[in-house]
Amino acid sequence: MLDREMKKGSAELLILTLVETRPRHGYEISKLIEARSEGVLRFNVASLYPLLYRLEKRGWIKGRWIEKAGQRRRRFYRLTVEGKKVLAAQRNTWHEFVEAINRITTVENA
Amino acid sequence: MPDWKKEISRRLAGLKLAPSRESEIVEELAQHLDDRYQELLADGTSDIDAERLTIAELSENELFRELQRVERKTPPEPIVIGTNRKINMVADIWKDLRFGIRMLLKRPGFTAIAIVTLALGIGASTAIFSAVNPILFESLPYPDASQIVTISDDFGTTDSSIGMTFGTYQELVQRSRSFTAIAVARPWQPAMTGSAEPERLEGQRVSASYFQVLGVSPVLGLNFNSADDRLNGPNLVIISEGLWQRRFNGESAIVGRQVTLNGNSFTVIGVMPRAFENVLSPKAEVWTLLQYDSSLPSFEGREWGRHLRMIGRLKPGVGTEQARSELNTIARTRLPEFPRPPHASLDSGMLLTSLQDQVTRGVKPALISVLGAVVLLLLIACVNVTNLLLARGANRSGEFAMRIALGAGRNRMIRQLLTESLLLAMMGGALGLLLAEFGVRALVTLSPIELPRMMGVGVNGTVFTFALGITTLIGLGVGLIPALHASRGDLNIKLQQSSRRTAGGHQWMRRTLVIAEVSLALVLLVGAGLLFRSLSRLFAIDPGFDTSQLLTMQVQASGTRFDDEKTHRFFAQSLETIRQLPGVSAAAFSSQLPLSGELDDGYGVHFESSTDKPEDNRGAFRYAVSPGYLETMAIALRRGRFLNADDTANTPPVVLISESLARSKFQDQDPIGQRLRLGSNDGPWSTIVGVVGDVKQTSLTVSQANAVYMTTDQWRLFADRALWLVVRTRGEPGELAPAIRQAIWSVDKDQPIVRVATMDQRLTSSAAERRFALILFEAFGFVAVVLVAVGLYGVLSSSVAERTRELGVRLALGAQKRDVLYLILRQGLALTLAGVSTGLLASWAVTRLLTNLLYGVSATDPLVFGGVASLLIVVALLACYLPARRAMKVDPLVILRYE
Repeated sequence: MLDREMKKGSAELLILTLVETRPRHGYEISKLIEARSEGVLRFNVASLYPLLYRLEKRGWIKGRWIEKAGQRRRRFYRLTVEGKKVLAAQRNTWHEFVEAINRITTVENA
Repeated sequence: MPDWKKEISRRLAGLKLAPSRESEIVEELAQHLDDRYQELLADGTSDIDAERLTIAELSENELFRELQRVERKTPPEPIVIGTNRKINMVADIWKDLRFGIRMLLKRPGFTAIAIVTLALGIGASTAIFSAVNPILFESLPYPDASQIVTISDDFGTTDSSIGMTFGTYQELVQRSRSFTAIAVARPWQPAMTGSAEPERLEGQRVSASYFQVLGVSPVLGLNFNSADDRLNGPNLVIISEGLWQRRFNGESAIVGRQVTLNGNSFTVIGVMPRAFENVLSPKAEVWTLLQYDSSLPSFEGREWGRHLRMIGRLKPGVGTEQARSELNTIARTRLPEFPRPPHASLDSGMLLTSLQDQVTRGVKPALISVLGAVVLLLLIACVNVTNLLLARGANRSGEFAMRIALGAGRNRMIRQLLTESLLLAMMGGALGLLLAEFGVRALVTLSPIELPRMMGVGVNGTVFTFALGITTLIGLGVGLIPALHASRGDLNIKLQQSSRRTAGGHQWMRRTLVIAEVSLALVLLVGAGLLFRSLSRLFAIDPGFDTSQLLTMQVQASGTRFDDEKTHRFFAQSLETIRQLPGVSAAAFSSQLPLSGELDDGYGVHFESSTDKPEDNRGAFRYAVSPGYLETMAIALRRGRFLNADDTANTPPVVLISESLARSKFQDQDPIGQRLRLGSNDGPWSTIVGVVGDVKQTSLTVSQANAVYMTTDQWRLFADRALWLVVRTRGEPGELAPAIRQAIWSVDKDQPIVRVATMDQRLTSSAAERRFALILFEAFGFVAVVLVAVGLYGVLSSSVAERTRELGVRLALGAQKRDVLYLILRQGLALTLAGVSTGLLASWAVTRLLTNLLYGVSATDPLVFGGVASLLIVVALLACYLPARRAMKVDPLVILRYE
C-alpha cells in the first residue's frame, strides 16, 4: 500500500483535481478516488473529511448545501479561483517532482 | 437503520464545537456512512457486517485527532451572531450597539412611537423635577441655611400673615441669646427719578442686620452698619446686580453714586452679588434701612405697627426648639423696660419656622401632588413602551429562534435586547431633556403662581443627572421583560411559521400591562377631576363683595413734599378726577384691599364697655377708606349706616365693624353706639355707627373676617402713603386703566401707580397653587389618555392579527360581520373594565394624599370617580373601534385558502 506520507502529500492534489471539472460531494469524491486509482488509494471518512475541511478553510474549495428534488440535502464542494491557481501550481510541482524521481530511478535501474 | 449520528457525535464530543458547526459535520458524515452502508448491502454484505464495516470508516481516534487539528484554528466568523465566547467586551458592546441601531432603523414607525412616548414621560418628569428640586430638596442658597428661621406670634393658624412690630424686634434683640442676628424687613417701592424714565422699583426697608442673617454680603462696597439704622440717619441704599446692570450700565463708579428715590437723594453703598436670591422678596432690587425711632415714642406710631417680617439666624449649636422655648420665656416674662401695647403683647407665644419651610409652604402640597402625577405619567409611558417591545419581540420571534439555533447564548441575547431598549431610552431621554427645557421655561412664565426659588429652577447639573438616571432605569426596566420573554423559547415551535402557542404567552403579558395602564390613567384623571371640582367650589365662595367689573391699583404718595395734609389732598383730588371719567360708576380708596396678597394690616381692638381684660384683645384688620368704599365694593350693610363725607377730621370719630366682630363681642345685642379703640391704648374712642358684611381678606379659604372701617381723615395714627384704588366700571374694567392713570397723573405726575389688575384677576391668582396643580394634572391626564388609547389600540390590533384565522373560520361558519365586531369590542371592553376597576380601587387609596389641595370635595367623591371612569370607557371603546372594524373586514375565503 502507498505510504501514509506519500498519500498525505498528494491527497490535496487529488481532491483539487477531482472538483476541478464540477462540484462533487464527499462520498462521490471518495468513490472516484478509489475507482480511478483502481483500489490503490482509499480514503475513509476519518481522513477524507478533515482534509476537505482544511482545504475549505484555506479557501481553495467551497462547500455548499444543495438540495436536489426528491433527495436530502448534500454538501457539494467546488474549486474556487484561489484553488485553481493552487491546483495549477501543485500540478507543475508534482510533474517536476515525478520527472526528477523518474530520472533518478530510471538511471539507477539502468 | 443504525444511528450513525450517535456514533459520530460521540466521537466529536470532546471537540466542543459550536452546535451549528457540529450538527453540520454530523449531517455530512452521516450521509456518507449511509451511502457506504447501502453500497455494502447492495454488494451482498450482511446487515451486521455492513454496519461494522461502515462504523470502521469512522475509526476510533483518527477522526477526532484530525478534526481537532482542523477545527481548532477556526478564525472568528465575520458576523458574530451569538457565540458564548468572551472575546472582547468592548468589541461586543460596540457590535451590540451597531446591531441595535440597525434593528431600530428597520422599523422606523415603531422606533418613533417608542421614542416619543418615552420622551413625553421623561421630559415631563425632568421638568417637574427641576421645578421641585430647589423647593423640596435643595436647601436655600445661604450658608448654613438651616439655621435661618422666621419668627412670629403663635396665633395657632399656620396661615397667619400678620406682621411683627419694630418694638418686639428691639426687645428680642436685646433679650434673646439664641441668635447671632435678628432682622426685620418690609416692602418698599420707591420711585426712581432722574435722567431716565421714572421707574417704580421693588425693594425692602430692612434693619441693618438683614444681610447678616442671610449670610450674604455685597460683592461691591459695604454692608449696612447698625450705627446708621437710626431715626434721621443717612440715606443709604444697597442695590442688586440686576439693577446695577440695567439702570447704571454696570458703571464702575457705582459705589458712592447718588440716586434719587421718592424725591430724596440716596447714596449707593453696595451692590449685591448676581447669584443672590432674596427669598423673602424675590423681586427686590434695592434695600435701605428702616430707620425707625428706637426710643419707641408711642404705641401709636409705626414702631408698633404690625407690618414687618422677622427672621433670625440661630447661633451654631442652638436648635429651633431650644430657641423657641427661650423666646416663649421672654414672651411670658414682661419687663418694665420693655412695655408692650395690647396688640403686640406676645401673649400667644412665639413661633419659629425654618425659612425654607416658610418660603415653600404655600406651594409644597401642590408640587408634591404634581410630582405624584408625573410619576404616574412616567409609569404609563413605560408600560406603553414595554408593550410595544413585547409586540415587536413577537414579530421577531423567527429571528430570535434562528439566533438561538445558531448558537446564541441566552445571556448574550438578553444583553443584545437590553442594549436595544437602552438605546431607545437614551434617544427618548435626549428628546425628553429638550422637551424639559421648554417645559421648564413654560412652567416658569405661564404658571399662575410665583414659584419660590425661581432662580434655582432650571435644567442644571443635578437635573441632568436625574434625567440620565431615570432614563437608564427605564431602558433596563422596559427592556427586561421583553428580553426575558424573547430569549427563552422552544426552538422548534418558533421556527415553524404557523405556530399559535407563543401567541398565548406574550398576549397575556401585554393584556396585563394594558390593564395596568388603564388603572394608572384613571388615578391621574381622578386627581384632575377632584382638583377641578375643588376649584369650582372655591370660586363659588362668596368673597363678601362684588368682584365683577372692578378695577384695582395701588397709588402712592411718595416724596418728602407730602406731609399728612398734602397726602390727603392728593388722594382726594385724584378721586374727584377719577369719578368724572366716563365709564366709571363708582370709585374709592382704601388702605387695604381684600385678596390682594399683601401682608395684612392688623391691629388690636379694645371695646369700651369691656369686661375684657387687655389680654382678651381681639385683632382686626384696619381699613382706612374714603367714604363710598363700601358702596363701591358692594359690601352689604347689616345695621346702621355707611361712612360718608361728613365723617371728617373735625367730627367725632366713627367706625364700622364687620358682622363677625360684632357677633363675637356683642352676640345678639346691638353694637350701634358702642365705642372702641383700634391700635392704641389711649386717645379718643370711636363710635360704632354700622355693621357690615364679612369680607375674605387673606384668601378665599381663610376666615379671618374681623374688620374695622374708618375714613382716612379720621385715622389719626399716621397717614397712609399708599392707598388702593377701587373703581367700579360700566364696561370692561381693564380698558379704563390708562384713563385712570392719566387722571391721577394730572393731579401729580410723579406718583407711581402699580399692581393694576381687575378684581377677577386677583381672585384667580389667590387660588394660584391649586390652579397650577390642576393645569398640570389636566395636561398629564390628557397625555395619559392618549397613551392609553394607543396602548389599547396596539394590543387589540395584534390580537386581531393573530386571531385572523379564527375569525375567518367564524365568518365562514356563518357568523355575521357584526358579531365579529362585537367580539373584538367586548374583548377591549373587558380589558378596560378590568383596568377601570383596579384604577378605582387604587384611586380610593391614593387620593387621600391630595387632601391638602382639595376644598369642599372629599377625596373619594363619587361624582368624580364615576365621571372619570365613564370617560375612560368611552375613550377605550373608540380606541377599540378601529381594530374591531379591521376584524370585520376579514375575508374568510382568503384566510382559509392561505392555509
